[in-house]
Amino acid sequence: MTPKLNLDQKLINLCRNYTSKIADDIEQKIENNTTTSVERTVLRLLGVDGVDKHGIPLPNVVVEKIKKKDKLNRGISYWFGNGLLQTDLDVQTLADKIGKNEIDLLNLPQEDNDKVNDFIYKKAKESIKPIKENVKKRDQMMDEFSPGPKPWLYVIVATGNIYEDVKQAKAAARQGADIIAVIRSTAQSLLDYVPYGPTTEGFGGTYATQENFKIMREALDKVIKEEGHYVQLVNYCSGLAMPEIAAMGAIERLDMMLNDAMYGILFRDINMKRTFIDQYFSRMINAFAGVIINTGEDNYLTTSDAVNEAHTVLASQFINEELGLRTGLKKEQLGLGHAFEINPELEDSFLLELAQAQMVRQIFPDSPLKYMPPTKYINGDIFRGHLMDGMFNLASIMTDQSIQLLGMLTEAIHTPFLQDRALSIENAKHVFNSARSLSDEIQFRPDGKIQKRADQVLNETAEILKEISDKGLMQSLSEGIFADIKRPVQGGKGSEGVVEKSENYFNPFYKLLKKELNISNE
Amino acid sequence: MNKNNLIKAYGDTYNDGKIQLSFTLPIQKGVEAQEAARKYCLQLGLKEVEVVHMRDLSEGFTFFVVYAISNVAVDKSKISVAKIDTEEMTYYEINDYIKDKIKRKLTVVGACTGTDAHTVGLDAILNMKGYAGEYGLERYPQYNTYNLGSQVPNEALIKKAVEVDADAVLISQVVTQKDIHIKNLTEFAEILEAEGLRDNYILVLGGPRISHELALELGFDAGFGSGTKPNQVASYIAQKVFENNFKDGGKDE
Repeated sequence: MTPKLNLDQKLINLCRNYTSKIADDIEQKIENNTTTSVERTVLRLLGVDGVDKHGIPLPNVVVEKIKKKDKLNRGISYWFGNGLLQTDLDVQTLADKIGKNEIDLLNLPQEDNDKVNDFIYKKAKESIKPIKENVKKRDQMMDEFSPGPKPWLYVIVATGNIYEDVKQAKAAARQGADIIAVIRSTAQSLLDYVPYGPTTEGFGGTYATQENFKIMREALDKVIKEEGHYVQLVNYCSGLAMPEIAAMGAIERLDMMLNDAMYGILFRDINMKRTFIDQYFSRMINAFAGVIINTGEDNYLTTSDAVNEAHTVLASQFINEELGLRTGLKKEQLGLGHAFEINPELEDSFLLELAQAQMVRQIFPDSPLKYMPPTKYINGDIFRGHLMDGMFNLASIMTDQSIQLLGMLTEAIHTPFLQDRALSIENAKHVFNSARSLSDEIQFRPDGKIQKRADQVLNETAEILKEISDKGLMQSLSEGIFADIKRPVQGGKGSEGVVEKSENYFNPFYKLLKKELNISNE
Repeated sequence: MNKNNLIKAYGDTYNDGKIQLSFTLPIQKGVEAQEAARKYCLQLGLKEVEVVHMRDLSEGFTFFVVYAISNVAVDKSKISVAKIDTEEMTYYEINDYIKDKIKRKLTVVGACTGTDAHTVGLDAILNMKGYAGEYGLERYPQYNTYNLGSQVPNEALIKKAVEVDADAVLISQVVTQKDIHIKNLTEFAEILEAEGLRDNYILVLGGPRISHELALELGFDAGFGSGTKPNQVASYIAQKVFENNFKDGGKDE
């Protein structure tokens, strides 16, 4: 990659100083708390799966029983670990018996704290082995079957029925897609649990369940071998069950996860503390599982103007980067999001798009940027939409983007038909192939519009980050700093799931993953 | 019947009936697939079917681009469509209209109801910033605006409308897969009816797949599709309130 813009490196460093201060403040605000979803994730990672006779997931059943008696502040790992020690049962059988009310964890004799922690730590060590194996397997498969040159072609399936999704995903993979995302059923983000089993009914998408993950992974692995091309699988690690989904994805070898630090707060009105705690743990799991996360800055531009608010996208990318790196994610795992959403009627809009895309490429040179297609100004004229998608693809190949979510000519009409996806893939392949090395040939004029635009956005970004670091991120979010959306610090859904830790709180996976990921202890 | 009122699709000669279409069939690409596409179009009633392009979509599917002639004609003199009959005014005209003719501020409550999480349309109409250079209703000094956001249960929306004594209720629906919006909107109208609240509010529906006709069918007063600007909605509400409350001492039907 050749730098095409002359960006002020001092200013970029300054931005990173601000985000470091912002992240310090967030960490300090969340470190004394855990959440019901984090504790459920501990159980899932230990191997608890399945549902009780009412269909409620066992991780929820077990955690709720402890929470009801106000004993969750110690962490589920003590109670469950103690249960294992006292009963000598295996993980799943113990969970089943708790679900059937045959065992009450709070009524068992209580073993010494350190002894239980040591025991559960060893269990945790055992239980993450399959995830390590998955990382190895992915590496091997990617060596054998190339994931393709970047920008990777990313398409979405969203039928609501996992078996129908499989058909569409296989077709897309054979047509040349590099990445398949299974869109979630609308409103799953607000479920404070993860649905169970294979599902065939969803609205605007398919439920993220562990069984659905497995079905799709197996189908794609077959196609990978047949086509000799690694196809990456994506799902949504967001909402009230964020860390649980990270665990499920790690177990079923998903390759990417949508996983933003602030998306739930802004766009799903989820409580801030809850979100920041959940994103931290979910990102540790994603980091360990070798998953590339995708952040959601593109969403800001669907509610705010892409010209005036471009600096909020960059500011948020800086914040997502810093919060991400602190959870052990490598730069190579940070699919920072942005979008091609400037009004196409605006003269030189394409130049402004290039400025933004090239600027973020140079600021985050090691990160696989996630570039989102035009949606806001796609209006049902499929021919115009197809042209705009072509321009979007051209901007991407000119600025060395990494993850290209393909625009659909039928955006705003319906979830993509089989043929829509094929046309989009053809569009991207055509543009990428015919301009593959264009990026190496160009440099932008030092006094030109593109350079000036990048300077302006970077300057505005530094200003806004300074403001956020002075006020604190939570306060800034409550004032509507991103996407014009204001969320009160104490408000939002899921706050009842935030639990203050006691002195003897223990989460074996925090300790273990910190060690594995080389995160320094505070 | 005046023959000039009968119209057909236009390619390059008046009433030549030329149309283009594209579709996918679950059949392996090949000469049989091409013939299948041709026959399919013949059964649609099309003539002179030309399959100009076909492409393998894998997994046993093929995509076709077809040109053909349709002899179907429509009598343009016999078309009637339900349309919003109020006049479109500007931001300033609307505020003056409310101040001068209604003499009190109007209150609007809006939400994306049910499971719908897409607030793009709702925000375009209600948020301060608005859409396509037109301010949203929040900016209007003569409107009190409550934007309840996404995934609002019908009951909660109605409760808010009662609480703030709204003049109009706006519902935006973006997700229409499997007609989920119809179910949700019908439920909303039914609750209002059952509670005897229907006539208290002007009910406005919006969304990319919403037409005025559909809105009327569902028991709403007006429907606005994609590309609607905030001032169009604001004009409509202001004039309807005036019509309902002042003209001829009430409803003018």
